[in-house]
Amino acid sequence: MINLKINNLEVKAEEGWTVLEAAKFYGLEIPTLCYNEGLSVYGGCRLCLVEIGEGPKSKLVSSCTYPVEEGLVVRTGTKRVIEARKMMIELMLSIAPNSKAIQDLASKFGVTQVRFKIRNEECILCGLCVRMCAEQMDGRAIGFQNRGYKRKISTPFDIKSEVCRLCGGCMYICPVCQLKCQGPDADTTVCNACLTMDPTCLDYYDELQCWMYDAGRCGTCVRETPEKSDSKEQTRNSKAKEKNV
Amino acid sequence: MDADTQKVQLLITKHNTEKKALISILQDIQAEYNYLPQEALKIVSETLDVPLINIIGVATFYRSFSLQPRGKHLVTVCMGTACHVRGGPKILEEFERRLDIEAGETTKDSQFTLETVACLGCCAIGPVVVVDGNYYAQTTIRMVGPILKKYKKKEKKNEAH
Ligand code: SF4
Ligand code: SF4
Ligand code: FES
Ligand code: FES
Repeated sequence: MINLKINNLEVKAEEGWTVLEAAKFYGLEIPTLCYNEGLSVYGGCRLCLVEIGEGPKSKLVSSCTYPVEEGLVVRTGTKRVIEARKMMIELMLSIAPNSKAIQDLASKFGVTQVRFKIRNEECILCGLCVRMCAEQMDGRAIGFQNRGYKRKISTPFDIKSEVCRLCGGCMYICPVCQLKCQGPDADTTVCNACLTMDPTCLDYYDELQCWMYDAGRCGTCVRETPEKSDSKEQTRNSKAKEKNV
Repeated sequence: MDADTQKVQLLITKHNTEKKALISILQDIQAEYNYLPQEALKIVSETLDVPLINIIGVATFYRSFSLQPRGKHLVTVCMGTACHVRGGPKILEEFERRLDIEAGETTKDSQFTLETVACLGCCAIGPVVVVDGNYYAQTTIRMVGPILKKYKKKEKKNEAH
Protein backbone atom coordinates (compact mmCIF):
# COMPACT_ATOMS: atom_id res chain seq x y z
CA MET A 1 0.00 0.00 0.00
CA ILE A 2 1.17 3.48 -0.86
CA ASN A 3 0.33 6.44 1.34
CA LEU A 4 -0.30 9.78 -0.22
CA LYS A 5 -2.25 12.94 0.38
CA ILE A 6 -4.98 14.18 -1.91
CA ASN A 7 -6.52 17.53 -0.99
CA ASN A 8 -5.12 17.15 2.54
CA LEU A 9 -6.77 13.79 2.91
CA GLU A 10 -4.53 10.88 3.92
CA VAL A 11 -5.28 8.12 1.46
CA LYS A 12 -3.94 4.68 0.67
CA ALA A 13 -3.55 3.47 -2.87
CA GLU A 14 -2.42 0.26 -4.41
CA GLU A 15 0.86 0.12 -6.22
CA GLY A 16 0.44 0.78 -9.93
CA TRP A 17 -2.59 2.99 -9.54
CA THR A 18 -2.61 6.38 -11.16
CA VAL A 19 -3.44 9.51 -9.18
CA LEU A 20 -6.75 9.62 -11.05
CA GLU A 21 -7.64 6.10 -10.00
CA ALA A 22 -6.80 6.82 -6.38
CA ALA A 23 -8.88 10.01 -6.43
CA LYS A 24 -11.81 8.18 -7.99
CA PHE A 25 -11.58 5.44 -5.42
CA TYR A 26 -12.05 8.03 -2.70
CA GLY A 27 -14.87 9.72 -4.57
CA LEU A 28 -12.92 12.80 -5.55
CA GLU A 29 -13.97 14.07 -8.93
CA ILE A 30 -11.38 14.98 -11.52
CA PRO A 31 -12.73 15.83 -14.97
CA THR A 32 -11.38 13.76 -17.84
CA LEU A 33 -11.91 13.56 -21.54
CA CYS A 34 -9.37 11.34 -23.25
CA TYR A 35 -9.52 8.84 -20.41
CA ASN A 36 -11.74 5.79 -20.55
CA GLU A 37 -11.70 2.98 -18.04
CA GLY A 38 -11.69 0.30 -20.68
CA LEU A 39 -8.76 1.69 -22.62
CA SER A 40 -5.10 2.39 -22.07
CA VAL A 41 -4.25 5.91 -20.94
CA TYR A 42 -3.04 8.50 -23.40
CA GLY A 43 -2.71 11.78 -21.51
CA GLY A 44 -3.61 13.94 -24.47
CA CYS A 45 -6.41 16.27 -23.39
CA ARG A 46 -4.79 17.60 -20.19
CA LEU A 47 -8.18 18.07 -18.62
CA CYS A 48 -7.31 15.90 -15.64
CA LEU A 49 -4.45 18.15 -14.54
CA VAL A 50 -3.67 18.20 -10.81
CA GLU A 51 -0.96 19.97 -8.86
CA ILE A 52 1.65 17.82 -7.16
CA GLY A 53 4.33 18.77 -4.65
CA GLU A 54 4.41 21.84 -2.50
CA GLY A 55 5.78 25.34 -2.59
CA PRO A 56 7.77 26.59 -5.55
CA LYS A 57 8.51 23.05 -6.67
CA SER A 58 4.89 22.14 -7.25
CA LYS A 59 3.91 21.31 -10.79
CA LEU A 60 0.98 20.35 -12.94
CA VAL A 61 0.73 16.75 -14.14
CA SER A 62 -1.99 14.78 -15.86
CA SER A 63 -3.49 12.60 -13.16
CA CYS A 64 -4.59 9.89 -15.61
CA THR A 65 -0.98 9.06 -16.41
CA TYR A 66 0.81 9.92 -13.17
CA PRO A 67 1.45 6.90 -10.93
CA VAL A 68 0.93 7.18 -7.17
CA GLU A 69 4.10 7.56 -5.12
CA GLU A 70 4.78 7.22 -1.44
CA GLY A 71 4.33 10.58 0.28
CA LEU A 72 3.00 12.33 -2.81
CA VAL A 73 1.01 15.49 -2.14
CA VAL A 74 -1.75 16.08 -4.66
CA ARG A 75 -4.15 18.99 -4.92
CA THR A 76 -7.00 18.85 -7.38
CA GLY A 77 -8.66 22.23 -7.00
CA THR A 78 -6.00 24.94 -6.72
CA LYS A 79 -6.22 28.18 -8.64
CA ARG A 80 -3.47 27.01 -10.92
CA VAL A 81 -5.31 23.78 -11.71
CA ILE A 82 -8.59 25.54 -12.35
CA GLU A 83 -7.01 28.11 -14.63
CA ALA A 84 -5.10 25.50 -16.60
CA ARG A 85 -8.20 23.38 -16.96
CA LYS A 86 -10.24 26.32 -18.20
CA MET A 87 -7.55 27.07 -20.73
CA MET A 88 -7.66 23.48 -21.98
CA ILE A 89 -11.42 23.67 -22.39
CA GLU A 90 -11.16 27.00 -24.16
CA LEU A 91 -8.58 25.60 -26.56
CA MET A 92 -10.62 22.50 -27.29
CA LEU A 93 -13.71 24.62 -27.78
CA SER A 94 -11.92 26.72 -30.36
CA ILE A 95 -11.09 23.57 -32.30
CA ALA A 96 -14.44 21.83 -32.11
CA PRO A 97 -17.26 24.12 -30.94
CA ASN A 98 -19.78 21.64 -32.31
CA SER A 99 -18.96 19.07 -29.70
CA LYS A 100 -21.62 18.76 -27.06
CA ALA A 101 -19.18 17.06 -24.73
CA ILE A 102 -16.87 20.07 -24.84
CA GLN A 103 -19.68 22.63 -24.65
CA ASP A 104 -20.93 20.85 -21.57
CA LEU A 105 -17.49 21.01 -20.02
CA ALA A 106 -17.35 24.72 -20.79
CA SER A 107 -20.60 25.32 -18.97
CA LYS A 108 -19.67 23.09 -16.10
CA PHE A 109 -16.38 24.84 -15.48
CA GLY A 110 -17.49 28.35 -16.30
CA VAL A 111 -15.68 28.93 -19.55
CA THR A 112 -17.63 31.80 -21.07
CA GLN A 113 -15.37 33.06 -23.82
CA VAL A 114 -13.12 31.75 -26.53
CA ARG A 115 -10.19 34.00 -27.33
CA PHE A 116 -8.76 31.83 -30.05
CA LYS A 117 -9.55 31.54 -33.70
CA ILE A 118 -12.47 29.16 -34.16
CA ARG A 119 -11.28 26.29 -36.30
CA ASN A 120 -14.46 24.19 -36.54
CA GLU A 121 -12.63 20.93 -36.88
CA GLU A 122 -14.12 17.53 -36.38
CA CYS A 123 -11.42 16.15 -34.15
CA ILE A 124 -9.49 17.20 -31.06
CA LEU A 125 -6.97 14.37 -31.39
CA CYS A 126 -7.93 12.74 -28.12
CA GLY A 127 -7.07 9.34 -29.58
CA LEU A 128 -10.06 7.59 -28.01
CA CYS A 129 -11.15 6.18 -31.36
CA VAL A 130 -7.69 4.82 -32.12
CA ARG A 131 -7.48 3.04 -28.79
CA MET A 132 -11.06 1.82 -29.02
CA CYS A 133 -10.42 0.35 -32.44
CA ALA A 134 -7.15 -1.35 -31.47
CA GLU A 135 -7.86 -2.42 -27.92
CA GLN A 136 -11.53 -3.26 -27.79
CA MET A 137 -12.46 -3.99 -31.39
CA ASP A 138 -9.18 -5.59 -32.42
CA GLY A 139 -9.48 -3.56 -35.58
CA ARG A 140 -6.38 -1.38 -35.97
CA ALA A 141 -8.03 0.35 -38.88
CA ILE A 142 -7.39 3.95 -37.89
CA GLY A 143 -4.49 5.78 -36.36
CA PHE A 144 -2.60 9.02 -35.96
CA GLN A 145 -0.82 10.31 -39.03
CA ASN A 146 1.63 13.13 -39.73
CA ARG A 147 2.71 15.39 -36.91
CA GLY A 148 2.48 18.93 -35.65
CA TYR A 149 -0.37 20.96 -37.06
CA LYS A 150 -0.91 18.38 -39.78
CA ARG A 151 -1.62 15.59 -37.32
CA LYS A 152 -4.84 13.78 -38.05
CA ILE A 153 -6.71 10.54 -37.59
CA SER A 154 -7.26 8.48 -40.67
CA THR A 155 -7.10 5.09 -42.32
CA PRO A 156 -4.04 4.00 -44.31
CA PHE A 157 -3.82 6.10 -47.50
CA ASP A 158 -7.09 7.83 -46.53
CA ILE A 159 -9.16 5.19 -48.29
CA LYS A 160 -11.65 2.64 -47.05
CA SER A 161 -9.81 0.39 -44.65
CA GLU A 162 -9.45 -3.28 -45.43
CA VAL A 163 -9.51 -4.27 -41.78
CA CYS A 164 -12.31 -2.02 -40.48
CA ARG A 165 -15.20 -4.17 -39.33
CA LEU A 166 -17.73 -1.33 -39.40
CA CYS A 167 -18.47 -1.85 -35.73
CA GLY A 168 -18.95 1.86 -35.12
CA GLY A 169 -16.92 1.74 -31.93
CA CYS A 170 -14.84 4.73 -32.97
CA MET A 171 -17.92 6.89 -33.49
CA TYR A 172 -19.51 5.68 -30.31
CA ILE A 173 -16.60 6.86 -28.21
CA CYS A 174 -15.74 10.06 -30.04
CA PRO A 175 -16.56 13.19 -28.01
CA VAL A 176 -16.82 15.30 -31.13
CA CYS A 177 -18.80 13.32 -33.67
CA GLN A 178 -21.55 12.40 -31.25
CA LEU A 179 -24.74 14.47 -31.17
CA LYS A 180 -23.91 18.07 -31.94
CA CYS A 181 -24.47 20.81 -29.42
CA GLN A 182 -27.79 22.50 -30.21
CA GLY A 183 -27.26 25.48 -27.95
CA PRO A 184 -27.74 29.08 -29.07
CA ASP A 185 -25.24 29.69 -31.86
CA ALA A 186 -23.21 26.79 -30.62
CA ASP A 187 -21.66 26.36 -34.01
CA THR A 188 -19.48 29.38 -33.75
CA THR A 189 -19.19 30.28 -30.13
CA VAL A 190 -19.61 29.16 -26.56
CA CYS A 191 -23.06 27.83 -25.91
CA ASN A 192 -23.31 28.29 -22.15
CA ALA A 193 -27.02 27.50 -22.28
CA CYS A 194 -26.32 25.25 -19.37
CA LEU A 195 -25.18 28.21 -17.32
CA THR A 196 -28.22 30.31 -18.07
CA MET A 197 -31.02 27.79 -18.30
CA ASP A 198 -32.46 25.40 -15.82
CA PRO A 199 -32.54 22.45 -15.75
CA THR A 200 -29.53 22.29 -17.95
CA CYS A 201 -28.44 19.95 -20.69
CA LEU A 202 -25.83 18.70 -18.27
CA ASP A 203 -28.57 16.65 -16.69
CA TYR A 204 -30.09 13.82 -18.58
CA TYR A 205 -33.83 13.78 -18.98
CA ASP A 206 -35.02 10.52 -20.30
CA GLU A 207 -38.61 11.41 -21.01
CA LEU A 208 -37.94 14.65 -22.87
CA GLN A 209 -38.39 14.57 -26.59
CA CYS A 210 -36.29 16.51 -29.00
CA TRP A 211 -38.80 18.96 -30.46
CA MET A 212 -36.87 22.23 -30.37
CA TYR A 213 -34.37 20.73 -32.72
CA ASP A 214 -36.89 20.93 -35.53
CA ALA A 215 -37.60 24.53 -34.60
CA GLY A 216 -33.95 25.26 -35.18
CA ARG A 217 -33.12 26.41 -31.67
CA CYS A 218 -31.72 24.93 -28.52
CA GLY A 219 -33.93 23.28 -26.02
CA THR A 220 -33.38 19.68 -26.97
CA CYS A 221 -33.06 18.72 -23.38
CA VAL A 222 -33.61 22.05 -21.72
CA ARG A 223 -36.73 23.09 -19.90
CA GLU A 224 -36.90 26.50 -18.29
CA THR A 225 -37.93 27.36 -14.78
CA PRO A 226 -41.62 28.39 -14.53
CA GLU A 227 -40.91 32.05 -13.61
CA LYS A 228 -38.73 32.68 -16.60
CA SER A 229 -40.54 30.52 -19.06
CA ASP A 230 -43.55 32.66 -20.02
CA SER A 231 -41.94 35.50 -21.89
CA LYS A 232 -39.22 33.35 -23.37
CA GLU A 233 -41.64 30.69 -24.40
CA GLN A 234 -43.46 33.25 -26.51
CA THR A 235 -40.43 34.53 -28.33
CA ARG A 236 -39.40 30.99 -28.95
CA ASN A 237 -42.75 30.05 -30.36
CA SER A 238 -42.87 33.06 -32.64
CA LYS A 239 -39.37 32.24 -33.83
CA ALA A 240 -40.42 28.71 -34.51
CA LYS A 241 -43.34 29.99 -36.50
CA GLU A 242 -41.16 32.31 -38.54
CA LYS A 243 -39.09 29.30 -39.43
CA ASN A 244 -42.06 27.37 -40.60
CA VAL A 245 -43.34 30.13 -42.87
CA MET B 1 7.07 2.44 -60.79
CA ASP B 2 5.35 -0.20 -58.76
CA ALA B 3 6.92 -2.03 -55.91
CA ASP B 4 8.15 -5.46 -56.79
CA THR B 5 7.37 -7.98 -54.10
CA GLN B 6 10.65 -9.82 -54.26
CA LYS B 7 12.74 -6.71 -54.06
CA VAL B 8 10.86 -5.49 -51.01
CA GLN B 9 11.07 -8.90 -49.36
CA LEU B 10 14.80 -8.87 -49.93
CA LEU B 11 15.13 -5.49 -48.25
CA ILE B 12 13.17 -6.82 -45.29
CA THR B 13 15.21 -9.98 -44.89
CA LYS B 14 18.35 -7.87 -45.07
CA HIS B 15 17.24 -6.60 -41.65
CA ASN B 16 16.44 -10.12 -40.38
CA THR B 17 12.70 -9.45 -40.68
CA GLU B 18 12.85 -7.67 -37.34
CA LYS B 19 10.07 -5.38 -36.20
CA LYS B 20 12.47 -3.01 -34.55
CA ALA B 21 14.22 -2.45 -37.86
CA LEU B 22 11.09 -0.87 -39.34
CA ILE B 23 12.65 2.53 -39.87
CA SER B 24 15.75 1.09 -41.50
CA ILE B 25 13.56 -1.00 -43.78
CA LEU B 26 11.50 2.03 -44.75
CA GLN B 27 14.70 3.96 -45.41
CA ASP B 28 15.91 1.23 -47.74
CA ILE B 29 12.62 1.15 -49.59
CA GLN B 30 12.68 4.92 -49.90
CA ALA B 31 16.24 4.74 -51.26
CA GLU B 32 15.18 2.13 -53.79
CA TYR B 33 12.02 3.81 -55.09
CA ASN B 34 12.58 7.41 -54.05
CA TYR B 35 9.30 7.17 -52.13
CA LEU B 36 7.27 4.60 -50.21
CA PRO B 37 4.88 2.85 -52.60
CA GLN B 38 1.60 1.68 -51.06
CA GLU B 39 2.22 -1.89 -52.18
CA ALA B 40 5.60 -1.94 -50.49
CA LEU B 41 4.11 -0.78 -47.19
CA LYS B 42 1.49 -3.51 -47.37
CA ILE B 43 4.20 -6.10 -47.93
CA VAL B 44 6.16 -4.77 -44.96
CA SER B 45 3.03 -4.91 -42.83
CA GLU B 46 2.34 -8.53 -43.73
CA THR B 47 5.92 -9.72 -43.44
CA LEU B 48 6.68 -8.06 -40.14
CA ASP B 49 3.19 -8.71 -38.79
CA VAL B 50 2.78 -5.07 -37.83
CA PRO B 51 -0.62 -3.43 -38.47
CA LEU B 52 -0.50 -1.30 -41.61
CA ILE B 53 -1.82 1.71 -39.74
CA ASN B 54 1.18 1.68 -37.40
CA ILE B 55 3.56 1.63 -40.33
CA ILE B 56 1.69 4.54 -41.89
CA GLY B 57 1.99 6.37 -38.58
CA VAL B 58 5.77 6.03 -38.68
CA ALA B 59 6.03 6.78 -42.38
CA THR B 60 4.02 9.99 -42.12
CA PHE B 61 5.72 11.13 -38.91
CA TYR B 62 9.17 11.62 -40.41
CA ARG B 63 9.68 14.24 -43.05
CA SER B 64 12.33 12.20 -44.81
CA PHE B 65 9.74 9.64 -45.87
CA SER B 66 7.37 10.40 -48.69
CA LEU B 67 4.23 8.55 -49.65
CA GLN B 68 4.08 10.41 -52.96
CA PRO B 69 6.53 9.77 -55.79
CA ARG B 70 9.35 12.28 -55.67
CA GLY B 71 11.28 13.88 -58.48
CA LYS B 72 14.78 12.82 -59.53
CA HIS B 73 16.32 15.77 -57.70
CA LEU B 74 15.34 16.85 -54.25
CA VAL B 75 15.68 20.56 -53.53
CA THR B 76 15.44 21.48 -49.86
CA VAL B 77 15.32 25.10 -48.79
CA CYS B 78 16.00 25.82 -45.13
CA MET B 79 13.27 27.79 -43.37
CA GLY B 80 14.83 27.60 -39.92
CA THR B 81 14.99 30.83 -37.91
CA ALA B 82 18.50 31.80 -38.93
CA CYS B 83 17.96 31.10 -42.61
CA HIS B 84 14.53 32.66 -42.44
CA VAL B 85 15.79 36.05 -41.28
CA ARG B 86 18.51 35.97 -43.90
CA GLY B 87 16.05 35.61 -46.74
CA GLY B 88 15.13 31.94 -46.90
CA PRO B 89 11.52 32.69 -47.89
CA LYS B 90 12.65 34.83 -50.86
CA ILE B 91 14.84 32.01 -52.07
CA LEU B 92 12.03 29.54 -51.72
CA GLU B 93 9.78 31.87 -53.71
CA GLU B 94 12.36 32.01 -56.47
CA PHE B 95 12.53 28.21 -56.62
CA GLU B 96 8.76 28.02 -56.66
CA ARG B 97 8.60 30.53 -59.48
CA ARG B 98 11.26 28.88 -61.61
CA LEU B 99 9.98 25.35 -61.10
CA ASP B 100 6.36 26.46 -61.24
CA ILE B 101 5.41 24.40 -58.19
CA GLU B 102 4.76 25.07 -54.52
CA ALA B 103 6.88 23.79 -51.67
CA GLY B 104 6.10 20.13 -51.10
CA GLU B 105 5.26 19.47 -54.75
CA THR B 106 7.00 17.75 -57.63
CA THR B 107 7.38 19.15 -61.14
CA LYS B 108 5.27 17.58 -63.87
CA ASP B 109 8.30 16.08 -65.59
CA SER B 110 9.24 14.40 -62.25
CA GLN B 111 12.64 16.07 -62.29
CA PHE B 112 12.47 18.22 -59.15
CA THR B 113 10.78 17.99 -55.79
CA LEU B 114 10.83 21.13 -53.70
CA GLU B 115 10.76 20.90 -49.93
CA THR B 116 11.41 23.04 -46.91
CA VAL B 117 13.14 22.08 -43.70
CA ALA B 118 13.31 23.74 -40.31
CA CYS B 119 17.06 24.10 -39.67
CA LEU B 120 19.77 21.82 -40.96
CA GLY B 121 22.13 22.58 -38.10
CA CYS B 122 24.52 24.73 -40.09
CA CYS B 123 22.99 28.13 -39.48
CA ALA B 124 26.34 29.92 -39.81
CA ILE B 125 26.37 29.37 -43.56
CA GLY B 126 22.71 30.26 -44.11
CA PRO B 127 20.57 30.68 -46.05
CA VAL B 128 21.12 27.04 -46.91
CA VAL B 129 19.84 25.13 -49.90
CA VAL B 130 20.48 21.42 -50.35
CA VAL B 131 20.13 19.68 -53.69
CA ASP B 132 20.61 15.92 -53.71
CA GLY B 133 22.80 16.14 -50.62
CA ASN B 134 24.98 18.98 -51.94
CA TYR B 135 24.94 22.02 -49.68
CA TYR B 136 24.81 25.53 -51.07
CA ALA B 137 25.86 28.14 -48.52
CA GLN B 138 24.89 31.81 -48.37
CA THR B 139 22.48 31.37 -51.22
CA THR B 140 21.08 34.39 -52.97
CA ILE B 141 18.20 34.70 -55.39
CA ARG B 142 20.70 35.07 -58.19
CA MET B 143 22.17 31.67 -57.46
CA VAL B 144 18.85 29.87 -57.83
CA GLY B 145 18.91 29.84 -61.63
CA PRO B 146 22.45 28.50 -61.98
CA ILE B 147 21.85 25.83 -59.32
CA LEU B 148 18.82 24.49 -61.16
CA LYS B 149 20.63 24.70 -64.47
CA LYS B 150 23.39 22.51 -63.16
CA TYR B 151 21.00 19.69 -62.37
CA LYS B 152 19.05 20.13 -65.56
CA LYS B 153 22.33 19.86 -67.46
CA LYS B 154 23.31 16.72 -65.61
CA GLU B 155 20.07 15.29 -66.83
CA LYS B 156 20.89 16.04 -70.46
CA LYS B 157 24.39 14.62 -70.16
CA ASN B 158 23.07 11.40 -68.72
CA GLU B 159 20.58 11.14 -71.54
CA ALA B 160 23.33 11.61 -74.12
CA HIS B 161 25.25 8.63 -72.74
S1 SF4 C 1 -15.75 0.97 -37.15
FE1 SF4 C 1 -13.79 0.33 -38.01
S2 SF4 C 1 -12.38 2.01 -37.49
FE2 SF4 C 1 -14.16 2.20 -36.13
S3 SF4 C 1 -13.61 1.06 -34.27
FE3 SF4 C 1 -14.75 -0.35 -35.60
S4 SF4 C 1 -13.11 -1.40 -36.74
FE4 SF4 C 1 -12.19 0.45 -35.87
S1 SF4 D 1 -12.03 11.37 -34.08
FE1 SF4 D 1 -13.03 11.74 -32.09
S2 SF4 D 1 -12.30 10.08 -30.75
FE2 SF4 D 1 -10.94 10.15 -32.51
S3 SF4 D 1 -9.25 11.45 -31.84
FE3 SF4 D 1 -10.72 12.78 -32.90
S4 SF4 D 1 -12.02 13.60 -31.29
FE4 SF4 D 1 -10.95 11.83 -30.40
S1 FES E 1 -7.90 12.52 -19.16
FE1 FES E 1 -5.88 12.78 -18.48
S2 FES E 1 -5.00 13.85 -20.12
FE2 FES E 1 -6.99 13.43 -20.91
S1 FES F 1 18.25 27.81 -39.82
FE1 FES F 1 18.94 27.05 -41.72
S2 FES F 1 20.52 25.74 -41.07
FE2 FES F 1 19.77 26.44 -39.16
